[in-house]
Amino acid sequence: MDQKEYFSKDSFQPITVLSNKEEEIQRPQRTYLSDVIRRFKKNKLAMFGIVVIVLLAILSIFGPKISGYDYFTNDLSNNNKPPSGEHWFGTDSLGRDIFSRTWYGARISLFIGIAAALIDLVIGVIWGATAGYFGGRVDEYMMRIADILYGIPYLLVVILLMIVLPQGLLTMIIAMSLTGWINMARIVRGQVLQIKLSEFVLAARTLGSNNIKIMIRHLIPNTMGPILVTLTLTIPTAIFTEAFLSYLGLGVPAPLASWGTMSSEGLPSLVYYPWILFFPAFFICLVMMAFNVVGDGLSDALDPKEKR
Amino acid sequence: MIRFLLKRFGYMLLSFIIIISLTFFLMKLAPGGPFTSEENLPKEIEEKLNETYGLNDPWYKQYANYLGSIAKWDLGDSFKSRGQSINDIINRSFPISLILGFEAILIALSLGVLLGVIGALRHNKAPDYVAMSVAIFGISVPSFILATVLQYVFALKLGWFPVARFESFTHTILPALALSFMPMAFIARLMRTSMLEVMNQDYVKMAKAKGMQSKVVVFRHLLRNAIMPVVSFLGPLVVQILTGSFIIENIFGIPGLGFEYLTSITNRDYTAIMGITAFFSILLLVSILLVDLLYGFIDPRIKVGKKEAH
Repeated sequence: MDQKEYFSKDSFQPITVLSNKEEEIQRPQRTYLSDVIRRFKKNKLAMFGIVVIVLLAILSIFGPKISGYDYFTNDLSNNNKPPSGEHWFGTDSLGRDIFSRTWYGARISLFIGIAAALIDLVIGVIWGATAGYFGGRVDEYMMRIADILYGIPYLLVVILLMIVLPQGLLTMIIAMSLTGWINMARIVRGQVLQIKLSEFVLAARTLGSNNIKIMIRHLIPNTMGPILVTLTLTIPTAIFTEAFLSYLGLGVPAPLASWGTMSSEGLPSLVYYPWILFFPAFFICLVMMAFNVVGDGLSDALDPKEKR
Repeated sequence: MIRFLLKRFGYMLLSFIIIISLTFFLMKLAPGGPFTSEENLPKEIEEKLNETYGLNDPWYKQYANYLGSIAKWDLGDSFKSRGQSINDIINRSFPISLILGFEAILIALSLGVLLGVIGALRHNKAPDYVAMSVAIFGISVPSFILATVLQYVFALKLGWFPVARFESFTHTILPALALSFMPMAFIARLMRTSMLEVMNQDYVKMAKAKGMQSKVVVFRHLLRNAIMPVVSFLGPLVVQILTGSFIIENIFGIPGLGFEYLTSITNRDYTAIMGITAFFSILLLVSILLVDLLYGFIDPRIKVGKKEAH
């Protein structure tokens, strides 16, 4: 067979070198963060939670103004009215508009939840990171203190403080963060213990970074995932504790409204005027669910093994 | 082992001393004396009362007396309900709380483990979704709201259960359910996650591959290995049930310890608050210690007393 017929010289041409285009990355890079966001967005339940939280936050800002009633004016000629066009969520035993009170209560409940979680975050991260990073004796003493405090039942302390200190928002937040930070500290310490032996920490130290810089630039950012998850799950706990205390009669003083105080006010008249209890109770459940599913979604999304 | 026990016991004692001291000083700081609310109490009688209760002594003497009486477990008399000692109150009401709490723990454990196992075995199928919906519901609904709803629907409207009081077994069902729901949801989620993890282990695949019945695999291999996180949750479980009982007993009018505690809080009955707090702390600390020991006993991989490896 004569091969020349099939392959003439023209069949072969030198390819022009594509210069350095070959090495160029065509698709957008996928960083860890974009992966996390992508996985989180796929989780419908968690996205629903985000939407609920955002909506509740917006309503807690603008809600009290929508209905045209304020949260504290009594109107005894109009008390215990069921939901209607006039009062969308009805009125309570003193004739106060429940719609306005609900969103006003949302402010207080959300504020308590977020403030308590943030205080836990600051103390817990500093405590945990210091203990984990320095290790040895420092770690032992710091964690021993945390262990002893951890043995003290959280709610008992909160109740005791609420009895003694003047009732109010600040007292409640202080009482909650007194032992609430320990959980965060333990988690951060565990993470820091793992990460501090990594090569990039060694490299940073070799390049002359001091301890504080290493902690702030390297250790804490790399524990952000578990911190964020713990933070999201602390908020519903704090909201629950607030509601629990208010239900016990140790909550924010009248005429301030929180979802907890509103539910406890609605309890005696449950049989006749169920809506007084229903609205605040419903929103407590809703907001707790929202934060819980967001926390779950975050911890799933942050887990590179992606098991679900 | 003995060293570990001693060490843990030492921590426990320290935690206990901190909490009772905290209680003491907080109650000292509390505004108003215990008798200020009495109407028009003549000065002399108030003085006399303060003297009998030792309230005129300097604080360090009162503190020492307090620590001494706790050590002897003589918690003194209630300020408000005359003639009742705190020990009496505890002895009378604790058994009731114990029954209720025990029932709630049983429900939480059995239902929680069951839901978790079902969720894991039927992963991403309808039963899993049902189980996890129940779990999310349980975590979102606070016990006191659930209790109110249960009482309203099943006792008031349907009349299936008695509304309140503590007289027979049927009286305990609703409160025990309300108490157990939130921890049950936690246990279900814990169990499901750890089951899913264990199901991927080689020894489970091996057991299936050699043709073991799936029932045997579940009971002999999966359950035993997956139950560990639930065991470590037992400590917090006791805490949750106990604190939950403050409200639940009140809603259902059950004369248990939580009810007494709440009454003493609303009455500002300081001796009762201090005594019951001390009792609660002991209860919690001991149960947490027991759970830790149990953990080491069940899982041979955990050597209690060995230095933990980081």
